[in-house]
Amino acid sequence: MDNVDAMKLDGSLEEPKVNYLTNGWSLKSWLLTKDHKRIAIMYLISVSAFFFIGGIYAATIRLELLTPASDLLESGTYNKVFTQHGIIMVFFFLIPSIPAILGNFLIPLMIGAKDLAFPRINLLSLYIYWIGGALTLFALLQGGVDTGWTFYAPYSTTFSNSYVLLVGIGIFINGFSSILTGLNFIVTTHTMRAPGMTWFRLPLFVWAHYATSLVMILGTPVVAITLLLVAIERFAGVGIFDPAIGGDPILFQHLFWFYSHPAVYIMILPGMGVISELISNFARKRIFGYEFIAFSSLAIAVFGFLVWGHHMFVSGQSVYAGLVFSFLTMVVAVPSAIKVFNWSATLYKGSISYDTPMLYAIGFMGLFLIGGLTGLFLGSIGLTVHLTETYFIVAHFHYVMVGGQVIAYLGGIHYWWPKITGKLYSEFWGKISAMLVFIGFNLTFFPQFILGYQGMPRRYAAYPEEFQVLNIFSTAGASVLAVGMTLPVLYLVHSLIWGEKASANPYMHPGLEWRTDSPPPTLNFDETPVVTWEAYEFGEESGMDLDAARRRDEVSPAA
Amino acid sequence: MQDTNWVPLFPEQASSFAWQVDYLYFYLIAISVFFTVGIVAAIFYFVIRYRETKKYATPQQIHGSIPLELFWSFVPFVISMTVFLGGAWVYWTQYTVPADTMEVYVVGKQWMWKIQHPSGQREINELHVPVGRKVKLTMTTEDVLHDFFIPAFRTKADVVPGRYTTMWFEATKPGKYRIFCAEYCGLNHSGMGGWVYVLEQKDYDNWLAGNVSDQTPVQAGEDLFTNKLGCASCHAGGPSQRGAKLEGIYNKEVKLANGQTVIADDDYIRNSILNPGGQVVEGYQPIMPTFKGQVSEEQLVSLVAYIKSLSGDAAANTGAAPKASPTAETQAKPAVEKAGEKEGK
Repeated sequence: MDNVDAMKLDGSLEEPKVNYLTNGWSLKSWLLTKDHKRIAIMYLISVSAFFFIGGIYAATIRLELLTPASDLLESGTYNKVFTQHGIIMVFFFLIPSIPAILGNFLIPLMIGAKDLAFPRINLLSLYIYWIGGALTLFALLQGGVDTGWTFYAPYSTTFSNSYVLLVGIGIFINGFSSILTGLNFIVTTHTMRAPGMTWFRLPLFVWAHYATSLVMILGTPVVAITLLLVAIERFAGVGIFDPAIGGDPILFQHLFWFYSHPAVYIMILPGMGVISELISNFARKRIFGYEFIAFSSLAIAVFGFLVWGHHMFVSGQSVYAGLVFSFLTMVVAVPSAIKVFNWSATLYKGSISYDTPMLYAIGFMGLFLIGGLTGLFLGSIGLTVHLTETYFIVAHFHYVMVGGQVIAYLGGIHYWWPKITGKLYSEFWGKISAMLVFIGFNLTFFPQFILGYQGMPRRYAAYPEEFQVLNIFSTAGASVLAVGMTLPVLYLVHSLIWGEKASANPYMHPGLEWRTDSPPPTLNFDETPVVTWEAYEFGEESGMDLDAARRRDEVSPAA
Repeated sequence: MQDTNWVPLFPEQASSFAWQVDYLYFYLIAISVFFTVGIVAAIFYFVIRYRETKKYATPQQIHGSIPLELFWSFVPFVISMTVFLGGAWVYWTQYTVPADTMEVYVVGKQWMWKIQHPSGQREINELHVPVGRKVKLTMTTEDVLHDFFIPAFRTKADVVPGRYTTMWFEATKPGKYRIFCAEYCGLNHSGMGGWVYVLEQKDYDNWLAGNVSDQTPVQAGEDLFTNKLGCASCHAGGPSQRGAKLEGIYNKEVKLANGQTVIADDDYIRNSILNPGGQVVEGYQPIMPTFKGQVSEEQLVSLVAYIKSLSGDAAANTGAAPKASPTAETQAKPAVEKAGEKEGK
């Protein structure tokens, strides 16, 4: 295992070993599998389907906003479209994207384990995701929901005539999928590390997922209970949030954001984990300030629980509460800044190659920088009074969620694609699409910052004419973004059939996941690895035969 | 006043504290540009300068640097604290209602804004205010959450069912500015807007005079109190009255039967009408029936205004010089108003 592909360097093709993909072809061998890699593949397919549906909604929103009047959709339909875009993207795409697909696939490989600690629970969490997702889709087919993804009471509990109950139950059920995945990751990281894999030799991807898992376990129950309370009020008329029957609508906001702010970190920490891997590996340099990046993830996870009130600066909460939440929000800016500085410093004196995943990583740094800095605008309480509920907010969280998590997700999928599928995709098309995504994204969302300061409120089906020019820019950008997002589907699927075979370690990176076959065997490693090197050690001392790899590349330059 | 009209793609600025918001915004843009340009330039330089020259080369490994880490933790912390303090200063101005304001009542309703002036004028989706006068909005809603947002004034506040929220502004420039509802409120959310008309004082006086006015809130409240709802039968009538004395209580501490004390503010008065058993005043029996469902939000606003006037506090809040006392014939309200009240009941 300490060598790459030595046996294949003479160019001979041996009889392919059975790997996790070829180990059984029946439907049952997939649906009843306990293999974390197969579960990850099923997540990849399901999450991509939800991403596609959410993307269709996004395209519809941008088309409607091309003109000031609500002409393509009437406002009732538009309200459902933006609500469903949010619900699907947040709960069924962003939250599971990196953890359930890449985390599931890679954490056991990265720590040298045969599987996650609880393989059956892992399969259960996939089924829960399917059930929650199916219920939600069923509700959408029935007529959908129009409350906004935030479900603010009393509109959601008393006034909305849409399928709030059904969607709420769908999300409630889906929450258990996150909780179980988080639990599995935490136990796995504690108990399944290979000999020699100490905590400070863990890849930062694993640290980021550890922090994410803490938030999943501690936060998700709160949103589940909140949605349950909405259902109780709606169904049984018990006064919890609606003041007409004795409830308090601000209470809903406290409960909702107590989860949903930390959930923002569920949606960005895993992306930061991916970026740490990409930057360090493609610069072939140990990550700068390993401990600081690792602990800043934990700091973000902990402080993330203390800042929910910054979503409520104009809600009528007390002025003093607003000031305290604003202060704590400013404190959270520090660990995020630490990460950006450390990533940049990692590049210094590296040996940087421009593979597609690295283009995504560099794009991430720029976009996350803007997303993070505009977070300062919104944390600054006096400014937020003007900016909140406008397109400035919309632009900000898309810079973090799409510019951050989605870009990191795409970078990660490209980076580990050879490991997951055993095939190489077209670098040319990869680079084209990475650049289209970057340009399209900025063109879509940067104008929205300006619109926001001008005062255009979010969730408007129709808007005053003075906002039209910037909206046209935004819609034009969205079409570029759509092309950039569609291309990978084409060339990645193409690579499955016609792609060149990937070697075990095409990039000569030191992580354990690269020290087994591509695709890996069902039990990941032929023999349990023993780790004797530090994290991100790129030289020969970590057991990689770099000269052999250079000779390999001469035989087959693409691999 | 610090004008920002020269800035391209910038919204009009028309309130006394708008420049503070704009300058805070410029400060943050300066910080953002500085860090974005600096970091992006560094990344580009590194990526080009240190590009791979030999495949799988192993460059010299650097593990990190504690002084650097401390430096780039400390600097963002200090900067973020300046941003916090700047924001806190502006926020304090935005949400601390000054004394000597003219008080206007706003009731949100899917999907319109109903506005009533201290002198009795009612408007829908329009708000006329004099320039250079501090205006306080006391707001509530008949149904779901709304948010009263005037971009040109750089302020907004949620409007919450079951309680009063307030915001204030002082318009600095005559003109016509948009009102938006900024909290999603259902089907026609994007249609729930209107205009603020900022008028010179003499134009405002003309507008007041030309507009058929209703009872003032205080008068309407008195009418409800003594006639329509019969509050007076318990709350007025000397030492033997069964209900708590209301004269002179506004914004004073009130001792409750359970030993606590509360401030008798707008929200307390409102709650005591809707939920009388909740906070009973010391020395009285919890015998008052609830008026929930019997009074509309606008009637509540009037009752609160009347009870406040018993403490000699409301007189200061009228927008113009006291006008001729309105006659009983001017009680006719716009049709929409009436429909709204019916739903409220």
